[in-house]
Amino acid sequence: MIAVSSAMRPSLAVWKFTSCDGCQLSLLDCEDELLALAGAVRIAHFTEMSKAIAPGPYDISLVEGSITTPDDEERIKAVRASSKYLVTIGACATSGGIQALCNFTEPGSYARTVYAHPEFLSSLDTSTPVSSHVSVDYELHGCPIDRGQLLEVLLAFLAGRRPVIAGHSVCQECKARATVCLLVENATACLGPVTRAGCGALCPSLGRGCFGCFGPSDTANVPSLRARLGANGATDGQVSRLLATFNVAAPKFRAREEGVTP
Amino acid sequence: MTFAESFVVDVDGLDALVQVLIQRGYETKGPTVHDGAVVPGPITGVREFPRGVRDEQAPGRYRLGKGDERLFAWAVGPGSWKADFFPANQVEWRAHTSEGALSFAEVGTASTPLAIIGARPCELAAIEVFDRVLGEGAHPDPRYVTRRDTCFMVVVECAVPAGTCFCSSMGTGPDVKSGFDIALSELSDADGHRFLARAGSSHGADVLAAIPHALASELDLRARLESLEHAEASMGRHLETEGLAELLARNIEHPRWSDVAERCLSCANCTMVCPTCFCSDVLDISELSGALERRRVWSSCFDLDHSYLHGGAVRSSTSSRYRQWMTHKLSTWWDQFDTSGCVGCGRCVTWCPVSIDITEEVEAIVRTDGAARVTVPTSRSDS
Repeated sequence: MIAVSSAMRPSLAVWKFTSCDGCQLSLLDCEDELLALAGAVRIAHFTEMSKAIAPGPYDISLVEGSITTPDDEERIKAVRASSKYLVTIGACATSGGIQALCNFTEPGSYARTVYAHPEFLSSLDTSTPVSSHVSVDYELHGCPIDRGQLLEVLLAFLAGRRPVIAGHSVCQECKARATVCLLVENATACLGPVTRAGCGALCPSLGRGCFGCFGPSDTANVPSLRARLGANGATDGQVSRLLATFNVAAPKFRAREEGVTP
Repeated sequence: MTFAESFVVDVDGLDALVQVLIQRGYETKGPTVHDGAVVPGPITGVREFPRGVRDEQAPGRYRLGKGDERLFAWAVGPGSWKADFFPANQVEWRAHTSEGALSFAEVGTASTPLAIIGARPCELAAIEVFDRVLGEGAHPDPRYVTRRDTCFMVVVECAVPAGTCFCSSMGTGPDVKSGFDIALSELSDADGHRFLARAGSSHGADVLAAIPHALASELDLRARLESLEHAEASMGRHLETEGLAELLARNIEHPRWSDVAERCLSCANCTMVCPTCFCSDVLDISELSGALERRRVWSSCFDLDHSYLHGGAVRSSTSSRYRQWMTHKLSTWWDQFDTSGCVGCGRCVTWCPVSIDITEEVEAIVRTDGAARVTVPTSRSDS
């Protein structure tokens, strides 16, 4: 057991920007490991868990959410300045999230659709990843992130080693668990071949094509997959829809700058 | 009973074969239908075999349909026996740290021997390729060797190749000559539905003697040869192997590598379904409890991380990765293991989501041997 006195333990801070809270909840979901983790790090700032806030600087910061307001823009700089290591967690923080759909429409059009009085909002025209604003030490993908991968990043940080997290496609996870390829076996529209592994190929194992929650893999060749899905009968618009979800603004998934309307 | 003799076994006799192997303490596995494909699975009797099933295979396409009374009228599906000898995720050793001291624990080998009933000739050929890779050399994998040495192998010759099959080009099928304990050929004609059986080892002869069998007639033997001739004539693909290793070696800057890279997804499906691809990654896992674990997991030359050295990946372009895979399989494998790395099973062709066909890629280079030298980029962005 890695358990040291409070003063010796590295401090952990968790920050929320524009997001649904699901990724930071993954930390609380580490039920079996949570006590051991709390023995290895000093949880200094995690408002979803506790109102007790210890002042910075922090050894490691987990940042959830995208940058969508003028306040976010300033706050992320302060988080960076007070963090030794900054790890972004989830699709919002790493690619802008589903709210980045607004990047591809006329400014304010989503706000007018959703809110009766959008004039009370103070937001930017775009939703952007944290890495567009400050330097990031590590990015953990997924919508939401995988609990096991989150623990792995923290363990690697504590051990001073590189996290064991793959950048390859979901296909390899399907093959490792002997799931028959849905794309080849029944022409299911599946984003697995261009999507980063990490979920354990959850959806394909249940007969659903991959939704692309983890964003583009290291080597994603989206134009080639688009051509195949098109040959299988999907229209260009349908393929764009498929790509325009949690990682719509990830450069490799972004098919074009327009075409997705609220 | 001698090795050279052939016997006739009916479907009930095949069931008896499974029962004998179970009684003798084997874990019995064979082809089964699961999730719309023929894949390896547990077998407790003849009912689990893919009876009445036919497959339709083409580049990037696989469908199962209805067949006749036969149990083995299909070609190989996505799963291979590789996973039984070279698991996708295997713990190599465990260790524990406590107060600064490190203690190691050995990880045992599965003690139940495996009996495979219904491997195809190309699959046996693939396992024999694996024998050279993992079972020989200065550092054989002890768990592989144990698992392989204790394995009982029943091979069923091929009567119905798929559209992506080319074992006859690679000399690995549709018949089988050696390396098995029992070889079966399924016959279905005016003389009925039956199997021609040959023993390939004393162990196989012993098991064959324990099940109902009759001496094969001249007609049975001729029916087998006709079935094999028909199979050979209906291979969906062909690969010219004469001079192939040299052809690829002198075309490492061929423009086709960049052409295929436009289509290749780098998803690694071809390497995962390939029954001879053996690349692995070694992962060290540490836990908060102080437990440490070293695992060997399947990896692929299509991964960017696979060629990662300090500072970056050696093969960062898709063209360089595809070239590495194909030239290894068909050319440098000879230098390394004195055999082809390809057995012509066609899995990489069928299970490529974008229908890349290794035989077509070779043909394209054959047609334009020595085409204008272009430098394959090694530091190209994959965007």
